[in-house]
Amino acid sequence: MVKFYDREFSSRLLIGSALYPSPAIMQAAIRASGANIVTVSVRRESAGGKTGHAFWSLIRELDVTVLPNTAGCRSVREAVTTAKLARELFGTPWIKLEVIADDDTLQPDVVGLVEAASILTRDGFQVFPYCTEDLGVAMRLVDAGCRVVMPWAAPIGSAKGIINRDALKLMRDRLGDITLVVDAGLGAPSHAAEALELGYDAVLLNTAIAKAAEPVAMAKAFRLGVEAGRAAFEAGLMEARDFASPSTPVVGTPFWHAAP
Amino acid sequence: MRVTVNGEPREVASESIEALLAELEYEGTHFAIALNYDVLPRSQWQTRLKSGDEIEIITPRQGG
Repeated sequence: MVKFYDREFSSRLLIGSALYPSPAIMQAAIRASGANIVTVSVRRESAGGKTGHAFWSLIRELDVTVLPNTAGCRSVREAVTTAKLARELFGTPWIKLEVIADDDTLQPDVVGLVEAASILTRDGFQVFPYCTEDLGVAMRLVDAGCRVVMPWAAPIGSAKGIINRDALKLMRDRLGDITLVVDAGLGAPSHAAEALELGYDAVLLNTAIAKAAEPVAMAKAFRLGVEAGRAAFEAGLMEARDFASPSTPVVGTPFWHAAP
Repeated sequence: MRVTVNGEPREVASESIEALLAELEYEGTHFAIALNYDVLPRSQWQTRLKSGDEIEIITPRQGG
């Protein structure tokens, strides 16, 4: 089981609800992923529009816990107000907090992020901050009251996998009692497995499933990757070493030391 | 009365948020409202609008 604030869940895969080829494929992919938690956003509804209502009906059919985000927010003020709108709309204290510094890389604005996390925590929110792999920032987020921290593997939607493995490993080692989620930049189930093998509690992804040729099949592949990674972590991986070590016993090898 | 709804200036007849939603033909209940950058809880949708108000009408949407 994995704990997010005071709630426990069986799945260690958090999945996004965007970019799927169709609403039906979104539903099928979310089901195939086994995810208990699905990210959603809030957007303006045009007059007479029913887009939000239709989408919300699909999510409600899935019987999942929603994690609203503040995607697209570029200032502390926008992020805080968006979080409050999401709380009003979804009736949850959870918020995936994004404060974006740069449109091309979607690099988190870590200074604004810490400030917004602090404001929201004081207001009763349970914050899931999307951040970089910087340990100092993660520690400030914990100081601000976050019990979950979500560093990126690589830029959102880049599919590059874990770029800075050493930094993510360090964060895991240093923040032992914090729920850590690798969020963004994963492209393959092996990337997700790697995050879980490092001891990360969960991964959050969207594009790698939604933009696969077969999103439903890929959702299942990621579910298996996450399960394999976690099982490996619990089993205890051996340490890497520089030289070979024979796995087959040497004693009794035929012709051992026999003259040529 | 001239107000801004979702970033667009509009001339509206309604005097409250609740009336405005009906006037603009919003249906259903899955909305959250921000009035001048502050969340306006549903219990306060009777609040009187005034000229120049900025209103955001928000619904759930796909997200990552």
